[in-house]
Amino acid sequence: MSVPPPPPPWVVGPVTRTDFVRYQGASGDMNPIHHDEEFARAAGFPTPFSVGMWQAGLLSTYATDWLGAENVRLFRVRFKEQVWPGDTLTCEGTVLREYDQDGERRVDVELTCRRQTGGVAVTAWATFVVPEPSPDKEAAHVA
Amino acid sequence: MVNHHAVGTRGAPFEMDIERGKIREFARAIRSTNPAYFGERPVIPPTFLTTTFFWQEGDADPWPAVELDQKRGLHAEQEYTFFGPPPRAGTRLRCQSYISEIYTKQGRRGGELTFAVMVTEFRDETGRLVAQAKLTGVETAKPPTDEQPTERS
Repeated sequence: MSVPPPPPPWVVGPVTRTDFVRYQGASGDMNPIHHDEEFARAAGFPTPFSVGMWQAGLLSTYATDWLGAENVRLFRVRFKEQVWPGDTLTCEGTVLREYDQDGERRVDVELTCRRQTGGVAVTAWATFVVPEPSPDKEAAHVA
Repeated sequence: MVNHHAVGTRGAPFEMDIERGKIREFARAIRSTNPAYFGERPVIPPTFLTTTFFWQEGDADPWPAVELDQKRGLHAEQEYTFFGPPPRAGTRLRCQSYISEIYTKQGRRGGELTFAVMVTEFRDETGRLVAQAKLTGVETAKPPTDEQPTERS
């Protein structure tokens, strides 16, 4: 068993206020700073900015497509730069290490969500159980 | 100002039902098309437990005890641990939060940063611990501008 290679970088955007609001509705975090122009300006920001947890969610989407939704055991996120309407985000990941724990083969990965400026919006570290190779892929490989 | 005496404050236990439609809504919001989230009895996405927003109210939420200044407060880190495959739709989780830690650090550009950590434990119907969430909030010395402060250890 070995860890599948990371998928190509995933580009999302330009991101919009609608993306932020949709995430807010889904998550239940209705902080107005992420959708109310007047509120954001009164707080000293030029416009509303994204919910950090949305970018974290995008990284989780990339990671679970790569390693499997049922295999996640740890997902840790650190918020860095804010994300603004019009930004284009790029999500990518790398393998840190592979090891045995609790009778399972595990892999630690690092995931990064960058803005078009190159600035890092969110970094995540995740642990997954190494996915079993699917019979289809095995067959395709042999063929 | 953060109230350092908040450490150890526990919220009242609360329930959270993991629902198929909510998983679908959440997965769409994070642009996922993974079939694992759209089937008959889907697992939750890694950050889905943030939807405790809909379940943890009143005295179930110990976070206000931290008294973090909202104007200077930011979400610094968030962590989810799963002790096995993530819970699936149809599971009723029994949950409880507590304030585990409050500490200060010097920021990169001067000024003191105060970090507060809230842990939430999620147990299934049998009482087994299935997941744990850890929220780290930070209060900056000044209102944040373009860049959020990050924790440096």
